[in-house]
Amino acid sequence: MGHNTLPTRRKILTGMAAVGAASALPDVTRFAHAGSHSAPIKIGFQVHRTGIGAAYGRWYERTTNAAAKVINDLGGINGRPVEIVAEDDGTDPKRGAEVLEKFANQHGCDIAYGTLFSHVVIGSAPRAAELKLPYFVVSEGHHVASGMLNRYTLQPGITDVKSQVQAMAPWVASNLGKKVTMIYPDFAFGHDHRDYFSAAIEAQGGEVLAQIAIPPTETSFTKYFPQIPRETEIVYHVMVGPAVLTFVKEMGEFFGPNAPQLFGFVDSLEGVDFASPGLEFLEGSYFWEGMPRYAQSNQTSYDKFYRDSIGIDENGAARENAQDVSTYAHMFGCWETLFTIKDGMESSGYKGPEDRAKLIEAVEAISEMPESNEHPQGEKIFNGKTHQVFGVQYISQVEGGKMKVKHTTSLEDGYYPDEVDYTTQSF
Amino acid sequence: MEFGPHLMLAMLEGLVQASVLTLTALGLSLVFGVMRVVNVAHGEFYMLGAVLAWWITSLLGGSALIEFTAALILAPLLVGLLAGLADWLILRRVDYDPERTIVATIGLLYIIQQVTLMTYGPDARPVAPPFNTRLALPWFEFGENGFALYWPWGLSTTSYKLFVILAAILTLIGVWLLMAKTKIGLILRATQLDSETAQAFGIPVERIYALVFGMGAALAALGAVLVVPIQQAHYLMGADPLLLSFIVVIIGGLGSLRGTVVAAILIGMSDGIISVFFTPTLAKMLATLLVAMVLVYRPQGLFGAKPA
Amino acid sequence: MRKSLTLHLGLIALLFALQFIAPAYHHGNLARIMVMASFAMGYNIMFGYTGLLSLGHAMFFAVGMYGMGLSATQLGLSIGPAFGVGILSALICSLIVGLLALRTIGVAFMIVTLMFSQTIFLTILYFGGITRGDEGFVIKQSTRQIFGLDLSDATTRYFAALLLFSLVLLGILWLVKSPTGRVLIAIRENEERAKMLGYDVWRHKLAAVVMSGTVSGAAGAAYGVLFGYVGASFSQVPYSIFPLLWVLLGGAGTVIGPFVGTLFMFYLIDLSSTVTDAYMLVVGVILVLLTMFARNGLMGIVRERWAKWLP
Repeated sequence: MGHNTLPTRRKILTGMAAVGAASALPDVTRFAHAGSHSAPIKIGFQVHRTGIGAAYGRWYERTTNAAAKVINDLGGINGRPVEIVAEDDGTDPKRGAEVLEKFANQHGCDIAYGTLFSHVVIGSAPRAAELKLPYFVVSEGHHVASGMLNRYTLQPGITDVKSQVQAMAPWVASNLGKKVTMIYPDFAFGHDHRDYFSAAIEAQGGEVLAQIAIPPTETSFTKYFPQIPRETEIVYHVMVGPAVLTFVKEMGEFFGPNAPQLFGFVDSLEGVDFASPGLEFLEGSYFWEGMPRYAQSNQTSYDKFYRDSIGIDENGAARENAQDVSTYAHMFGCWETLFTIKDGMESSGYKGPEDRAKLIEAVEAISEMPESNEHPQGEKIFNGKTHQVFGVQYISQVEGGKMKVKHTTSLEDGYYPDEVDYTTQSF
Repeated sequence: MEFGPHLMLAMLEGLVQASVLTLTALGLSLVFGVMRVVNVAHGEFYMLGAVLAWWITSLLGGSALIEFTAALILAPLLVGLLAGLADWLILRRVDYDPERTIVATIGLLYIIQQVTLMTYGPDARPVAPPFNTRLALPWFEFGENGFALYWPWGLSTTSYKLFVILAAILTLIGVWLLMAKTKIGLILRATQLDSETAQAFGIPVERIYALVFGMGAALAALGAVLVVPIQQAHYLMGADPLLLSFIVVIIGGLGSLRGTVVAAILIGMSDGIISVFFTPTLAKMLATLLVAMVLVYRPQGLFGAKPA
Repeated sequence: MRKSLTLHLGLIALLFALQFIAPAYHHGNLARIMVMASFAMGYNIMFGYTGLLSLGHAMFFAVGMYGMGLSATQLGLSIGPAFGVGILSALICSLIVGLLALRTIGVAFMIVTLMFSQTIFLTILYFGGITRGDEGFVIKQSTRQIFGLDLSDATTRYFAALLLFSLVLLGILWLVKSPTGRVLIAIRENEERAKMLGYDVWRHKLAAVVMSGTVSGAAGAAYGVLFGYVGASFSQVPYSIFPLLWVLLGGAGTVIGPFVGTLFMFYLIDLSSTVTDAYMLVVGVILVLLTMFARNGLMGIVRERWAKWLP
């Protein structure tokens, strides 16, 4: 396990509890150290405002702005205010790379941050290294920890797919059944689910009976469901894109009253209201959640603070519009990444672009991230060698049209051996 | 699932797809047949139909049935008007030159898509079906007791999906009656055969073109309103129907309405059935290649007449 | 002839000079614009000079890119030979596509090229095991070296892009002045007449497709080498529409037009994106206005009004 071999880390996160108290103070304390005239720290935010990622991008942006406001209300970073410089990348890798250049050379940003879709991350990351621009992604792809990218690219705010998927297997095998049929999109994201879950469930003595890959751009799904073998005990489903609701509805219509156990990644319904017509059959089924969309009975004060700051109600929808459901299972990554950047900048005494390498080393030195206002999703361990964070995962059951957390995985469930050591690469 | 019921299910699903595709492709074919131009923004008129259906149903109160009926009438009408306007403002001024029209409609495509993103947003939104009962279907087997019916797992459809098929058939009959039995149909056919002569006989060709362009878009929008309770309205949903309609129109023979209908059923059905035999992405790959090859070796389409 | 040679060599000299004075951001943009302009110039051979409207040029760009990328990552070739494999792949692909698609004309030709391109996209996804499907893959910075030069370095990249751009620009300038180029233009103007004059129209069209596809593929391979990324998005429909847009905007059938169009479009999107996210709306409106009021594009207008000699 890579995490056991980590060198002793400086405890960087101190005074976490102070955050909550300080946020209650009025704005007079802002930037007290350096005066309100100090130049802002510019964070280039690569956002999917158009293209296929726009539905997620909208919530990433809202979360980012809320986190930046909290940080500024607390006095900014190193006494300087944070300025978010957002540029649309059109969910396109070419434009993504161009946007990074714009951040580095035109806007004079200190760092770049915020990308979700894997192909944009992978298309942009080489440029980040060449521009020597720290690039903090919020993508949940395994590309960072797999060693494909470079020392300038980090993912400190959201667990990668490999870890998420693997953490599900023990609970699924011991509570839902061992004979699994997987349905996933036929591209890299789905293949990660296929490979890592199959391996993990077999390690638990389970068996994958069938793997059904759905081609991208598919809009009609019923014709694929007959490939599910009769002896299936659990259907493991994950789907992304605008057709997710169709997928889930048609699955319900297909099975009718005799469905096997359903276990899905909430990606299949991310941003979708559980009260949508045709979803009644999901009652009793299980979902992975990155962060519980519905406020639980034992809601932490951190989750409450996070929801209030972004303006989200207890059902995970926008305060101003109950139908406008957020991408709650993913967007916390933006919030947590920004606070990790803040920690890294503060512990490295970051002053400007000349300190970028120091910033990366400081973030690499971070290990523990306790559950807090900064990390409302739960406790995490950051692996400085692989540049990837590992957090707890949630398994929830649909009860009365809401998701109720049934199991929280341990951090260890999601560990796997290191595949790269970025710290050996030069800057 | 056993082979028989699986095939039956794939065919049922294929038939629903084929119904929607028929309407959409018919619109494209009508425009091409009469005006000799390819409308690349056709998929966006389809998308607009779905998005308007969402607006209309969410603005109107009342039962799902009333909301949906209103959307079924209003959305195609509005889309048709918009398309007619676009024709009058843009296509008329590029003289319906085939290549310039393609570029202009690509421009229109981006405009419609972006305006929808800015107003309707990036989310996929559902429209409630007016009725939606799951109908389990039986299958037969020759077991120890001879012939017997049983209810296989998953072999089912919904009342709404059957309605989509019915609605498409009714619309087809309507379009056929319009073309074959009415004066306007006569004028359309005359314009299609020879627009210059038609003009000489006092047919206002420009207005006819605007009408046809609007009708084509309205047919696409109608298909989308029918499909939106099954799928959802999303600002990027126009790409697939456009591509499929293109394929259908070409396989059917450009401008041949009868060929279009036959090809739509063929393509819609085969999309479902091929997925029974091949892995899905491979199936899409082979189907795309097959269409290209058909075009290469029979550029006039399967049902078009050989060019003189 | 003197005038046109002066103009095109002047452009190359200007771009050469800009390497030393352009601010970092625009320096980077120009390198990318030169690569994409080479793609557009490749497209122009077919569309602008031969009158063949393809809606599937993304496939040539992507085949060049993947030919380069896969031979570098899977076969372990160094960048020079891998780049060669990329160009060769695009050449073979365009030859096959040409042989098949040229059996059709007009709208059917457009659709056939579109379908072939879509097939290439699905093929990339289908072989996700080695292509990483939609995600694509990175060409490691350490391998992007040729003759000891680091192609990920800003200056080297700029010169590499300029080299490709100059070769393509001068190559096309030579082509359109050559007898072959004149036959291509004759085909565009009146195919029947060219046939009657005894030219082998089909063979010339095939040559145009192969040249066009190969140049586009070289641009794709260059993009992968210079920017370190190979991805399936480059094989999707928008990347077939972009070269059409750039060529139309700059002026179809002019040697310099594709560059002007690419440059103009890039900065239009880049500048408008600071004001509004609706840059696709801007693209759409420009396309419509172009077809309505300036069908010959920017350089076409220049040619009509001021410079009849513009090739």
